[in-house]
Amino acid sequence: MTVETAEKKPLSIGDIRNSIESGERKASAIAEASFEKIEARDPQIHAYLSTNRERALEQASRIDDLVAKGKPLPVLAGVPVGIKDVLTIEGLRATAGSKILEGYRAPYTATAVQKLEAAGAVVLGKLNCDEFAMGSSNENSAYGPVHNPHALDRVPGGSSGGSAAAVAAGMAVATLGTDTGGSIRQPASFCGVVGVLPTYGRVSRYGLIAFASSLDRVGPFTANVRDAATVLGVIAGHDPQDATSSPLPITDYTAELDKGVAGLRLGVPSEYFAEGLDPEVRAAVERSIDQLRAAGASIQPISLPHTRYAVPTYYVVATAEASANLARFDGVRYGFRAKDAGTLSAMYRRSRDLGFGAEVKRRIMLGTYVLSAGYYDAYYKKAQQVRRLLAEDFLKVFTEVDAILTPTAPTPAFKLGEKVDDPVSMYLADIYTVTASLAGICGLSVPCGKSSEGLPIGLQILGKYFDEAMILRVAQTVEALQS
Amino acid sequence: MSESGTVSVDEVRRVAELASLELTVEEETRMLRDLNAILGHVAQLNELNTSAVLPMAQVSELIDNSQTPTVLRADETRPSLDHEVVMACAPETDGTFFKVPKVIER
Repeated sequence: MTVETAEKKPLSIGDIRNSIESGERKASAIAEASFEKIEARDPQIHAYLSTNRERALEQASRIDDLVAKGKPLPVLAGVPVGIKDVLTIEGLRATAGSKILEGYRAPYTATAVQKLEAAGAVVLGKLNCDEFAMGSSNENSAYGPVHNPHALDRVPGGSSGGSAAAVAAGMAVATLGTDTGGSIRQPASFCGVVGVLPTYGRVSRYGLIAFASSLDRVGPFTANVRDAATVLGVIAGHDPQDATSSPLPITDYTAELDKGVAGLRLGVPSEYFAEGLDPEVRAAVERSIDQLRAAGASIQPISLPHTRYAVPTYYVVATAEASANLARFDGVRYGFRAKDAGTLSAMYRRSRDLGFGAEVKRRIMLGTYVLSAGYYDAYYKKAQQVRRLLAEDFLKVFTEVDAILTPTAPTPAFKLGEKVDDPVSMYLADIYTVTASLAGICGLSVPCGKSSEGLPIGLQILGKYFDEAMILRVAQTVEALQS
Repeated sequence: MSESGTVSVDEVRRVAELASLELTVEEETRMLRDLNAILGHVAQLNELNTSAVLPMAQVSELIDNSQTPTVLRADETRPSLDHEVVMACAPETDGTFFKVPKVIER
């Protein structure tokens, strides 16, 4: 692999596979070059929390053996990938960006990772993220923030900041991230890469350290749309280990990529273009919408009237679920235990107090509060009711349009430290992404331009349940019209 | 839910106890400020009349409507994770059981 920067066109999955198949490159050489790239660039970016050179080179040499024996290559043969550190790999560290899991080594492998490896991918290492995937800037990682490869004084977005930055900086060809309220799409937008939120149930979550189980999803980051479709095709599908995974058969996500947008009905919701939207983001998104219209799509104004209630709804639902999920971190079965606590309850409290960071505690507290006696109906039940209204907004609109176009985030990447002291302002960075999370529909972010400062801007495309092929097809057109 | 600052320091302490968290005095002060700010924002939900809306805990009911009904997996024994490997993750263990500080004094 040649040395690329965030600005140069990186190798695609197809390039890699073809060059390995033809003997032009060796998988092990590609893996070595990836580690060189990480050594050169990651000290500034801090996308990786751990790397596993020996293991990766072993995987790569298995691919080289296949070539030597003239055997057929799997779809991701030799493709260097990175995994967000909330997904487990047997025998490797899994910190979830938290001190409470420092030193923990997972006893099993997440299904999505296992599928990547079975398809020939070479896992370089585990990627930095906000603690337990709670954050919009990656500044909540207990191991230090990730820096945006396009501007090192800016955040990469969150919570999958390491996954987005690694692809943007050419330190992986594809990565896995997770999205609970925007944690794939928003960092993809900030780092200028493609990030896909699959439909709830499309990708197994077995081996994902849970944050909010009715919202958590696993999805890919790549430098281009075709690669995203390829990786999604590998990780999607039913998993007996995850009762929430859908038995619906998967489609070939690459088959319809080049069909264009002629005749498609694309909805543009007015609520996503209201106050608070950065003018440069608006301009880039509107330019992209104009291009899609010129390419033959029918652009239709639509309304998703409950949009403004999505952030407060999300922060009740997600924190309530988090407070339950994170109860398992008690210093008994795995992870950190505070020393010298005299009683069991003191041991629980002290382990959690020393192990969790400020944002995680804030969310556990909020979630416990909204579930507690006297407040359950006023907050948690209320949020569940509004969640239904938000989902129904989408169901209604999807009888009239094939996909929805919005900005992914209201601004380009903001500066490190800019919002750390103001949780509400930080939560509003998710204003355009939490809606699809609550409704369970699929979505993605695809680069659609840059700000005057050279910061990437993302277009969000939202689709019907299990209609990933449609949003990828629209995204492919957006990408083609960019270049 | 009320519109103004709703949470008191006593409530912060009560919730911390429910959540098994031990907050320092500084953490308490900050938590009080942050929870009130966030709940103030959440109070917007009161603008909506939801008396006729069924709560929705998760989205499967919407997704599964026209698709394969949710089925339970076959009730068959399957291998689980190796006991030794799992116990090795524990901060303190005798190899068979997790060890914790004494719960019952006699």
